Amino acid sequence: MNYTGLKALELAKLIREKQITSKEVTMGFIERIKQKNVKLNAFVNEEFEGAIKTAENCDNILAIGGKELSPLFGVPIALKANMCSEGTKVTCCSKILENYISPYDATVVEKIKKAGMPILGKCNMDEFAMGSSTENSVNGPSLNPWDNSRIPGGSSGGSSVAVAAGLSPLALGSDTGGSIRQPAACCGVVGLKPTYGRVSRYGLVAFASSLDQIGPFSGDIEDNAALLEIIAGYDKRDSTSINKEVPAYSKYLNKSLKGMKIAMPKEYFIKGGLAPDVLEALNSSVEIFKKLGAEFEQVSLPHTEYCLATYYIIATAEASSNLARYDGVHYGYRKKDSKSLIEMMTKSRAEGFGNEVKRRIMLGTYVLSAGYYDAYYLKAQKVRTLIKRDFDRVFEKFDCVLTPTTPASAFKLGEKILDPIQMYLSDIFTISANLAGVPAISLPCGLSDNKLPVGLQLIGKPFMEGELFTLAHAFEKAYGWKNTVNTEV
Amino acid sequence: MSKYETIIGLEVHVQLKTATKLFCGCSTKFGAEANTHTCPVCLGLPGALPVLNKKAVNLAILTGLALKFKINEFARFDRKNYFYPDLPKGYQISQKDKPFCEHGKLEITIDGVKKEIGITRAHLEEDAGKLLHSGSSGQIGDAEESLVDLNRTCVPLLEIVSEPDLRSPAEAFEYLGALKSILQYIGVSDCDMEKGSLRCDANISLRPFGQKEFNPKVEIKNVNSFKNVKDALEYETARQTQCLDSGEKTFQETRLFSAEKGTTTAMRAKEESNDYRYFPEPDLVVNHITKEMIEEIKKTLVELPAVRRSRFVTAYGLPEYDAGVLTASKAFADYFEVCAGLNKNYKAISNLIMGDLMGFLKAAGKDISDSPVKPENLVKLVKLIDTNIISSKIAKVVFEDMFKESADPEDVVKAKGLVQITDEGAVGKIIDKVLLENPAIVAEYKSGKDKVIGNLVGKVMKESAGKASPGLVNKILKEKLSN
Ligand SMILES: [Zn+2]
Repeated sequence: MNYTGLKALELAKLIREKQITSKEVTMGFIERIKQKNVKLNAFVNEEFEGAIKTAENCDNILAIGGKELSPLFGVPIALKANMCSEGTKVTCCSKILENYISPYDATVVEKIKKAGMPILGKCNMDEFAMGSSTENSVNGPSLNPWDNSRIPGGSSGGSSVAVAAGLSPLALGSDTGGSIRQPAACCGVVGLKPTYGRVSRYGLVAFASSLDQIGPFSGDIEDNAALLEIIAGYDKRDSTSINKEVPAYSKYLNKSLKGMKIAMPKEYFIKGGLAPDVLEALNSSVEIFKKLGAEFEQVSLPHTEYCLATYYIIATAEASSNLARYDGVHYGYRKKDSKSLIEMMTKSRAEGFGNEVKRRIMLGTYVLSAGYYDAYYLKAQKVRTLIKRDFDRVFEKFDCVLTPTTPASAFKLGEKILDPIQMYLSDIFTISANLAGVPAISLPCGLSDNKLPVGLQLIGKPFMEGELFTLAHAFEKAYGWKNTVNTEV
Repeated sequence: MSKYETIIGLEVHVQLKTATKLFCGCSTKFGAEANTHTCPVCLGLPGALPVLNKKAVNLAILTGLALKFKINEFARFDRKNYFYPDLPKGYQISQKDKPFCEHGKLEITIDGVKKEIGITRAHLEEDAGKLLHSGSSGQIGDAEESLVDLNRTCVPLLEIVSEPDLRSPAEAFEYLGALKSILQYIGVSDCDMEKGSLRCDANISLRPFGQKEFNPKVEIKNVNSFKNVKDALEYETARQTQCLDSGEKTFQETRLFSAEKGTTTAMRAKEESNDYRYFPEPDLVVNHITKEMIEEIKKTLVELPAVRRSRFVTAYGLPEYDAGVLTASKAFADYFEVCAGLNKNYKAISNLIMGDLMGFLKAAGKDISDSPVKPENLVKLVKLIDTNIISSKIAKVVFEDMFKESADPEDVVKAKGLVQITDEGAVGKIIDKVLLENPAIVAEYKSGKDKVIGNLVGKVMKESAGKASPGLVNKILKEKLSN
């Protein structure tokens, strides 16, 4: 039997009912990875031995009648290559960490392990999560399973490919400016960036600390809600995580949308900013929502045009500091035979980091420099506050904001790699949620003219991931999205 | 009198007395095997995040209260970015714009005159690791191998920055003493320079009297004791005076002090200094210091040295000098007060502590907390003197045994037969013997040289092995000589 087309909660049910074993399921996915990964390059670090061990352990627990098991007990999952798990390689797809083995578990990894979920391995990403296509990975790009000549999105491209192509029923990604939602849209899966502080960042290798957030990838909304419930929660090891109870997200599913108010910000639908086929998919989606009883109104988020600039100042500033620790002294890549300390540090960094990472470190160093700090960093922080206020104002009247996830469907490999500004513009619709710290989900809402998935983004109030699930789940059921690549031979 | 005014400001780093580090749960204990007190957070491993130690914040605020600081309602941490092998994250978590404490002050007494020194700020920051270099010079530049110990990384430091209010090396010395005394009193730090729990950098510049603006300041590093600070500042005062006298301009620079040579040498000019690219630490939240928190901490504030000093004068009738010496250290003041609770001869207690006890402790390199002479025994000694059982001279001998053997003075006096001879007949007999043996001195005395009586007293005391009551010896000797 082929389990790889089944959703995570279904697999969990079959495992719990002992119709299949966790080991059989895990082996099934391992087989599919072995078949498909050579081409798709979704996994950069296979951890099959550990996965099988966990699966066997799950089966043993079930055999002795284990109680109070997690809703995803025994179901395998994939991590992003920037998540620490004890005794395994955590490379961030960078040469500078090519042989780095983490001595500890990230909080999310601890939670995944506690939930009895076998970890298949770690997925490809743009180096240190900097990029929108996985082309900045030292391991080479992942391929979009819908069209292998196209990018899968990024930076969590490997995770989205793993779920889209049926290599793993679930995956975790991290989202700093759209790194979960944009690849989810490109690959036709569901990706959620939770509220800043909802999921612990402890053990997530930092890109931009005030923007980074871990979130789930899944085939559908129900699976996504189940996984968020497992990874969310306050963590005393992350001072920026928020001490707020994690609701039972499954209770937010199968609810009516009657009377729910959705805002459509006009700045996200300006002429020329959106591919016609994406706009068409969005428009038909709005009709579906309306039929389900939701009310729409156009609104303005007036500071939208400053999002990209604000983001690239704050994110690069924080990154320039966060990545200072990779200096060849304590761990990671070290240039051999250097004649002095400065030469060793300089050359280790020059050779260990890729071009995009170096570009952002330089940008970030510049905006924090004496004499420029006020004009760039401080001003960006002020604009960030204004962007937050835009959302606060809209949320006084509306339950969520609906936008496209990306301006166009997945582009060709190599198409934008030489034009960083064009590459940065792929995140134009996703960045605002990170700056405002609010939750946002991307879910498939149609196909482009060239038969590629199109994503729809719902942005919610802080800590209202449940409401996003309500809206997304109703839409998903009414629309009836079909993934056609996850069982493809 | 110099024609220049000396301007000095001090930056003092004190290690706060917390059991664990500033941002992780590792122990702060000094002297452990290298890199054993470490974890992902203080090693700066990828993905690790800092969590603020609340105890360190409390100690910073307590210090703020003791030094009359304004406690900021909102305090924030910032990252200070620079590369160095002892700094595993590539940045130090410190405080720039919103420290916990601002605008404090400290009173010092200089030549009997009180003076208030402003303190700009006190902020929390993490310490760096320790580097060891092999090779001849011990410097990183030509080391064959360098090792790093990260046990000290992330240990909480409070940086206390004074205003440029100090006007002489002596004032700087007084300031450090007063600061150390307060910090030890409130128990926030050991202030042990040898163990590195107190470090000091000094800034100094000179300007002609009457000039408003400051000349460029010179920062002096590598001063390892208060005396070094004073010596270094004195050397710099002379050096800069010479510079200015010869018409040279002084410039902003960092100079290293050599304790052996007593000189400073140029280390680096400020031009090539780092741009630290400070920005708010995004991994930590802003600290809200509420009035309630401050009130709670205020309750733990003990009586400070200045207040205690005047109380020692009024309550115990001690001279200002005694009160100052005794209250400079909380431990000695506490010791005195335990003794004072047992015996009312306060001045005698003070004399024994300031003279004998402090001397012996210093010679033995011991702390008052490890003193072999307990307060009960010290007051027993006072009583032995007051009741004329032993002379104060014999008391010195007894004290030595009390210190070396942790002995009870009554036992020492008994065992060694040191009881004072107060019997007039017995003393008289000894005197007769001495007068008989020294007819020449007696003749001198009788010819009018009164002073030689001291010589005779000494001989009598020696003959009695120091046990004769000195008062009695004087009295009987005079009687016998006038006969
Ligand atoms: Zn630690």
